[in-house]
Amino acid sequence: MSNIPSELKYTAEHEWIRIDGNEIVVGITDFAQNALTDVVWVELPEIDVHFNAMDSYASVESVKSVSEIYAPISGTVTGVNELLEDAPETINIDPYGNGWICKMTIDDVTQLEGLLDSNTYEELIGE
Amino acid sequence: MSDLFAFNGARGAGWSQPLPLIDKEVLISAIPAKLRRQNLPKWPRASEPEIVRHYTWLSNRNFGIDNGFYPLGSCTMKHNPRVNEKIVQLPGMDKIHPLQPDHHVQGLLAIYFEMQEMLAVCSGMDQVTLQPVAGAQGEFTAIRCIQEYHRQRGQGHRSKVIVPDSAHGTNPASASMCGYDIIEIPSGEDGRLDIDALKSAVGEDTAAMMITNPSTLGVFEHQIAEATEIVHSAGGQMYYDGANFNAIIGKTDPGRMGFDAVHYNLHKTFSQPHGGGGPGSGPIGVKSHLSQFLPTPIAGRREKIESDPKGVDDGYWYFWEDVGDSSIGKVQQWNGNAGAVVRSWAFYRRYGKELEKMSEHAVLNANYLRHKIMNPDPEIAEKIHVMPLNGAPADLVMHEFTLSLSPLKELHGVTGKDVAKRLLDYGVMAPTLYFPMIVPECLMIEPTETESKEVLDKFASDFHQILSEDPDIITSAPHTTDVKRVDEVWAARNLILKHPGNNSN
Repeated sequence: MSNIPSELKYTAEHEWIRIDGNEIVVGITDFAQNALTDVVWVELPEIDVHFNAMDSYASVESVKSVSEIYAPISGTVTGVNELLEDAPETINIDPYGNGWICKMTIDDVTQLEGLLDSNTYEELIGE
Repeated sequence: MSDLFAFNGARGAGWSQPLPLIDKEVLISAIPAKLRRQNLPKWPRASEPEIVRHYTWLSNRNFGIDNGFYPLGSCTMKHNPRVNEKIVQLPGMDKIHPLQPDHHVQGLLAIYFEMQEMLAVCSGMDQVTLQPVAGAQGEFTAIRCIQEYHRQRGQGHRSKVIVPDSAHGTNPASASMCGYDIIEIPSGEDGRLDIDALKSAVGEDTAAMMITNPSTLGVFEHQIAEATEIVHSAGGQMYYDGANFNAIIGKTDPGRMGFDAVHYNLHKTFSQPHGGGGPGSGPIGVKSHLSQFLPTPIAGRREKIESDPKGVDDGYWYFWEDVGDSSIGKVQQWNGNAGAVVRSWAFYRRYGKELEKMSEHAVLNANYLRHKIMNPDPEIAEKIHVMPLNGAPADLVMHEFTLSLSPLKELHGVTGKDVAKRLLDYGVMAPTLYFPMIVPECLMIEPTETESKEVLDKFASDFHQILSEDPDIITSAPHTTDVKRVDEVWAARNLILKHPGNNSN
């Protein structure tokens, strides 16, 4: 049974989004880290680069596979979690906390309405 | 014994260098002083018997199709008939050089021509090149041809290639190498192509769609004609990944399905020792509108005239034919992996017109093994912790099938990887693991047509045995191999790319 905090937003691509004022924080869900198994490498997006929603802008690699991470909304990357470069396993240990991947600005707040709430995401993963 | 670098230092070598033809001092003075080596390199030095023993020892630790069953899905690890080796070792095949003039190599050219024709007929294409030496290189070559086709028609703005989420990873990689953006479309509930998703993905920017049929789930894409229609109406080209060609030969072909280009893996479908990166052969076939873009040269022939030398005496003169100015150029030095082409020709010639029997038996074996695994006898079923799930909800599969070990993971924490590793203890190669990614805890099994019913029965029985074992034994497997469970996570996180013994300067 995956942990799906109710205060976060989600995407069908198994990312979580925390809305933090004018910014969002993005990571991958507990379900995703469990499916990936041990993360061995994280490719972080570049800071100050603008991405459109659904652009592939990062990737998470386990011994099983490489998964693309898509920008959940359009915006500019303002910060990345450099801790993951040396300790990628943080994504497995603390996916919603220290395992965050990046921070982005919000181009258009209406895009946030398209994100899933915790109940919808729970239904999606069928648990 | 450990590794080659254990042989080092002042030991005598099993060989001696010829003396240079130029004065040693002259040679040395030609190299700037700062670049001259100060000490002897620490290369391994060993006598000939030591080297022979070393490599024999290594080969004994290896596992291949000659050691046991090798059901590696999507890789088509079939038996390599020894007659292939006999033919490829004929002096006219393995003692020739690519630069020899056409009249020296009529036999090889005739084989190349016949292979081009045979592959064109089997795939419903118009022209084939045997130049690419791997499936992925074939993909790249074909997508480059499609790219040139679009450019010549003023359609160079087409920038996107569509791939289903069940595709081989090389498909998006090959398209990306050509500079295309990738659009991945999800599979439908039944694991097959989702036509609605395809409809919403195509547009004026669509360059091509890449798809394999049967899919990586081992099921036939019965909506393929509709899919090609959708892509063609949007102005895109259809590319057929021939990795699963073993399933359909003589029954249907990519041309009939509407494809414009296809690659073949001779090393899979037409038998050729492969794995570990080679030696492969990834020819491509295209419809006539793409043939002017193929890499150059291809094998051609004309009717013989009186002044021609004897040749192969079939009424034709064979030659390397230039493809022309629109060719994308060469993708490989010389003319592909000639040895792989000749072995595959020998394999196909043993079937001749009955080549379709190969595919029939491949599909029969896959369905038999799938049924056998999924329907254990009641007394065996009783001992099994939990049965795997079918990866695709199809009654029948093609040449391979997928199983999901998710139920076992949920019940006992035993993963697909654990079961795969435990299979090694039973003397079989682990099936393809965790692919396609749309099947959780996936094992992908392809028995090929060359295995007997007894081998398949034994595998099913071993598989059932594992499913009833103590979970601790499975999760700590393998127990009988030279190398036990390796820590893949540690290895991936702590990359060591240089051999610690290789400190030569």
